[in-house]
Amino acid sequence: MAILEVEALSKSYRQAGGESTPAIQEISFQVDQGEFVSLVGPSGCGKTTLLMCMAGLLAPSGGRVVVKGEQVAGPPRNLVLVFQEYNRSLFAWRTVLGNVLFGLEAKGNSSRDTEKKAKHLLGLVGLEGFERHYPWELSGGMQQRVAIARALAYEPEVLLMDEPFGSVDAMTRLELEDSLLKLWKELCTTILFVTHDIEEAIYLSDRIQVLGRRPSRVIGDVVVPLSRPRDQLATRADGRFMELRNEIYRQISGDGVS
Amino acid sequence: MSWNPESKLNGVAVLLGVVAVWEIASRTEVVNPLFVPPMSKILRSFFTLVAAGDIPAQILTSMKRAAAGYLLAAAVFIPLGVALGLFKKIRRMLEIVIEMARPIPPPVVVPVAMLLFGLGDGMKVFVIFFSCAWPILLNTLDGVKNVDRVLIYTARTFGVSRGRLVTEVILPAASPQIATGLRISLGITLILVVISEMVGSSDGIGYFILDSQRRFKVDQMYAGMLSLALLGYLLNIIFLLATNTLLSWHRGMTSEEK
Repeated sequence: MAILEVEALSKSYRQAGGESTPAIQEISFQVDQGEFVSLVGPSGCGKTTLLMCMAGLLAPSGGRVVVKGEQVAGPPRNLVLVFQEYNRSLFAWRTVLGNVLFGLEAKGNSSRDTEKKAKHLLGLVGLEGFERHYPWELSGGMQQRVAIARALAYEPEVLLMDEPFGSVDAMTRLELEDSLLKLWKELCTTILFVTHDIEEAIYLSDRIQVLGRRPSRVIGDVVVPLSRPRDQLATRADGRFMELRNEIYRQISGDGVS
Repeated sequence: MSWNPESKLNGVAVLLGVVAVWEIASRTEVVNPLFVPPMSKILRSFFTLVAAGDIPAQILTSMKRAAAGYLLAAAVFIPLGVALGLFKKIRRMLEIVIEMARPIPPPVVVPVAMLLFGLGDGMKVFVIFFSCAWPILLNTLDGVKNVDRVLIYTARTFGVSRGRLVTEVILPAASPQIATGLRISLGITLILVVISEMVGSSDGIGYFILDSQRRFKVDQMYAGMLSLALLGYLLNIIFLLATNTLLSWHRGMTSEEK
C-alpha cells in the first residue's frame, strides 16, 4: 500500500524579470509502506526542491503530495527531512543527547524515559558515550549520525533524506550506508533517499526513480532485484549491480541528448 | 582576551613599565608635574579616596544610573530587535527611521534629555538608554535575521510551533550576536554616564573628575580616571566570564574552527 504519493508535482521559481522557470515538472511516483526508494538524477535537477515540497516546507506550483491519505499542506506529523548539511542542521548549543531529545520533545514525548529512549537511539547509530559532547566536537560522519538519530527520535513513518552522505569521505560513506540499512530494517521505516550517486542508490534501494535534467521529471522507474542483507563487496560485485548501474547511467546521460 | 598565564604575565610587565615611565617622566619634569603628577602620588590619592569612601560612593551613584539605562535598553531593544529580525514588513517600515536616528552621536542627546528630564537621574538614564539602543537593536536584528535557513527548515520539519521555533531555535542561534551587542553597549554606557555627569550633575564619578580638575586637585582627577579604568576592565572581565559560561558551546565551536 502506498504511504507516499506524489501526483503531477510541479514547482516554478519566479525570476528577477518576472518570468517563471520550472524546477520540477509534473513529477509522479509512489512509495509503499516500508519501502526504500531512491531518487537519482544529475546535480541541479531540482531534487532538493522536490523534497522541500514533499516535506511541506515549500508550496508546490501544481500537483500534490499525499502522505498516508492526507494531502500535505504544511510539515506532516509523520514525516521528517534529513538535510545534507549536518553542520548547519544540528543545534550547536545542544549536546548530542540534547539534539536527539529535540526530536522526542517535538513529538510531544515528555515522560521521564525520553532520555533513556534518546540514549537507546544514540546506541543504535553507534554513538554510545558521546551523549555529553557538542556536535562540533564530532567528525562529519558522526554529526550526520546524530542528525539521523534525532530524526528517528521523532518516530517518522516516512524519512526523507536529501543527499545525507554527500559531504562525508568515501569510507565513512560506506559505513553510514550500512548503518542506515540496519536502522531501516530494525525500525521498519519508509525511506525516500535522494542522491546523485547511482551506485549508492542501487546499493541501498528496493526501487529507484530516475530523474531527468531540469526541469526534471521521472524518466525511469527501476526495481532493484538484489537480495538483502546487502554487502559492500559482494553486492557491488554482483553482475546485476553493474547492469543496473549501466542502465541508469544510460537513462540519465541519454536524457541530455534527446 | 587570552587567559594564557604567560601572556598575562607579559601584560602585567608592560603595565608596570608604563607606570614606571610615567613616574620618571613626571619626576624628571619631562612633563609638567603640576598637570601630570607622579604615579606614586596618584596612587596614594586613589587609595586614600577609596579608603575614605569617596570614590566608592561616586562609582556607586554612577553605576546605578548606568545599570538602569543599560538594563532598560536591553529589556526594550532585544525584544524589538527580535521582532524586526522576524518580520520583514516591520523591518522595512522602520528601516529609514533607524538608519537616520542611528548616526546621531549619543552626546548630542544630552541637551535634549536635559530639556525633557532636567538635571536628575532621568536625564542620564535616558542618554544611556538611547546610546545603547543601536548596538543592541542592530546586532539582535542581524542575528535573528541571519539564522541559517537549514536550521529553521530542520526545526519546522519536526513540526514545532512558531513560538517554540523562536524560543528554542532562533534565540539560541542568535544569542552570540546579541551578546556582542550587549558587550559593545557596555563600553558605551561607561562613556555616556561620565559625559552626562560632567554636563549636568552634582555627583557621580564624571562630576567628581571634572570638579577635581576645576578645583585644581589634579591627583584626585587622575585617581577618578584610574577608578574608571579599573571599573571598565572589571566589567569587561565579568561580562566575558558570564558569556563564556552561558555561551560555552559557541566559544568552543569558534575556537575549534580557528
